Amino acid sequence: MAGYKYEPFDYVKPPELSGAAPGRYPVAIIGAGPIGLALAIDLAQRGIKSVVLDDNNVVSVGSRAICWAKRTLEIFNRLGVGERMLEKGVTWKIGRNFHGDQEIYSFDLLPEDGHKYPAFINLQQYYVEQYLVERARDFPDLIDLRFKNKVTGHVDHGDHVTLAVETPDGTYEMAAEYYLACDGAGSATRERMGLDFTGQTFQEQFLIADIEMEDSPFGENAVPERWFWFDPPFHEGKSALLHAQPDNIYRIDLQLDVDADGKAESAPEKVMPRIKAIVGDKPFRLDWVSVYKFRCIKLDRFVHNRVIFVGDSAHVVSPFGARGGNGGIQDVDNIGWKLAAVLQGGAPAELIETYHEERSHGSAENILNSSRATNFMTPKTPVEALFRAEVLKLAHDQPFARRLVNSGRLSQPCSLAGMRLQSPGVAPLEPGQPLLDAPLDGADGPTWLIDVVPPQFCLIGFGEVDLPEVPGVARIGINTIRDYPCFSSRDGFATKRYGQDGVYLIRPDGHVCAVFSEPDRHDVERACARAQGKMMEQAV
Amino acid sequence: MSDNLGPYQDDFYNALMDAHAGLSEEASHALNARLVLMLSNRIGDIETLKDILEKAREYNDE
Ligand SMILES: Cc1cc2nc3c(=O)[nH]c(=O)nc-3n(C[C@H](O)[C@H](O)[C@H](O)COP(=O)(O)OP(=O)(O)OC[C@H]3O[C@@H](n4cnc5c(N)ncnc54)[C@H](O)[C@@H]3O)c2cc1C
Repeated sequence: MAGYKYEPFDYVKPPELSGAAPGRYPVAIIGAGPIGLALAIDLAQRGIKSVVLDDNNVVSVGSRAICWAKRTLEIFNRLGVGERMLEKGVTWKIGRNFHGDQEIYSFDLLPEDGHKYPAFINLQQYYVEQYLVERARDFPDLIDLRFKNKVTGHVDHGDHVTLAVETPDGTYEMAAEYYLACDGAGSATRERMGLDFTGQTFQEQFLIADIEMEDSPFGENAVPERWFWFDPPFHEGKSALLHAQPDNIYRIDLQLDVDADGKAESAPEKVMPRIKAIVGDKPFRLDWVSVYKFRCIKLDRFVHNRVIFVGDSAHVVSPFGARGGNGGIQDVDNIGWKLAAVLQGGAPAELIETYHEERSHGSAENILNSSRATNFMTPKTPVEALFRAEVLKLAHDQPFARRLVNSGRLSQPCSLAGMRLQSPGVAPLEPGQPLLDAPLDGADGPTWLIDVVPPQFCLIGFGEVDLPEVPGVARIGINTIRDYPCFSSRDGFATKRYGQDGVYLIRPDGHVCAVFSEPDRHDVERACARAQGKMMEQAV
Repeated sequence: MSDNLGPYQDDFYNALMDAHAGLSEEASHALNARLVLMLSNRIGDIETLKDILEKAREYNDE
């Protein structure tokens, strides 16, 4: 095996360079990484046209994201690529922490059944991007993918943005109502605008190696898990992390000295013995090796009039916790329907501002968790090292100390509870939470809640309650028979998660925005208006 | 020993590290000593305190 085959995407001469007048598009997406691509698909599914401009023409090269969380997979499910990713990916849910040569404890990230998607899959970023590009091609009239189109300048004119684009055939100009900066951690858009992007940079360096090997380093018949070592015998005084990926590829992260020479450390003669110390004498091939330093940073504001930052351009985290790409996909989920609602004229432009509020909050949570984990891994002073050593010592048999051991708090869906689009209320799943999946039985057989809730405002009624008919709002009944689609809760999972009775109003991104017991049309209209930013002054 | 720090374990641990930030090793030792005394006063119960002292000491003898 020779690893992943990178197939370059075709460059097509843009119409602007073939004599057409400068195009004006509803949305320009700068960057065809996982975030830009997912956003284009989300918008296309809502009927919004976009042009996606990328300076490159291949998927992500080398060792980047591998862990995709349940919530991300549910969003990818809505975008039509979740099942394909699940099938190809390596499913896992157990994390195991070691200290020296002893296991100190393990955690189960999804201890309950009744979900379509697992806690995590591991899938190389190049596959994720490939699948997203292929899915984007399903919308030839709505997604205009332009590879080798580098955005070199932009000007915000108040109600539209003009862009300068460089291609192999020369440069051209175009205009868009909204400019979605999905141009990654090194965002040139951000730099052009002179926006401050400073935060914690960790001095420690990490060697990240992807290796291909026939035998599993987890041992024979072992199920893939996440293994993390503090001070292992094979890499004394430092930390190490092991993950399984598809195609018999394994990811190994090794902490290096603060002053290590990154270049020397990534040379095969230096890397091979380090890997052999972990996997033993079993044969393997080095697929990719790099040395990284990590940062935890976010922009103060994600929305600057018509320029909106999404994904790594808005926030960057260290990878322990897998909160980078997973956080970015939650950004996409949040901005997609809002942008569509504003462009289609149903919602005020202020709705876009709530993308900043909700996702800046989510991103701050990701940064807090990622930086704490990285700090625990890399004690800065003798006293920090002392506390950590004692925590690890106690963790062998003291449950309270196990809690303090932090090898990464893995990506969780972000709650939007208490934020202004949500109407306050009390229910087993409170307003602000994302849908909790559950198995259902319907007229066509078994299915899942996440497969039957459409990507628009939707009422879900549990038990014998009448859901009012409201224009633009879908209806689903659980454990009842009505003239709208109804399902029964299989094995009691849905009723356990949502209650026997009660009504939930779900936003187009699958977050609960209001709960009721017996709503009338007026109640639902009011909650929908609030969730679309039409009642900003009243909402506190 | 019961497990009482969840779900705010990370908040606690970071507050503890922050309390030590910028101190010399000697000053950190002094802070730790004060912390032990103040936390002991908070616990109050002498049997519980003796138990904890003994338990913590066991890890030195390994
Ligand atoms: C070692 C490592 C491990 C990681 N592990 C995980 C993980 O397990 N799980 C996880 O969720 N995340 C992980 N991440 C983070 C994840 O890789 C990023 O969060 C993710 O790639 C962000 O996607 P993006 O689309 O915002 O940016 P990018 O993937 O960086 O894409 C940006 C795109 O914009 C293009 N572009 C840039 N400038 C221009 C321009 N001027 N004109 C046109 N196009 C432009 C680039 O070519 C690129 O295609 C990891 C990162 C690293 C480094």
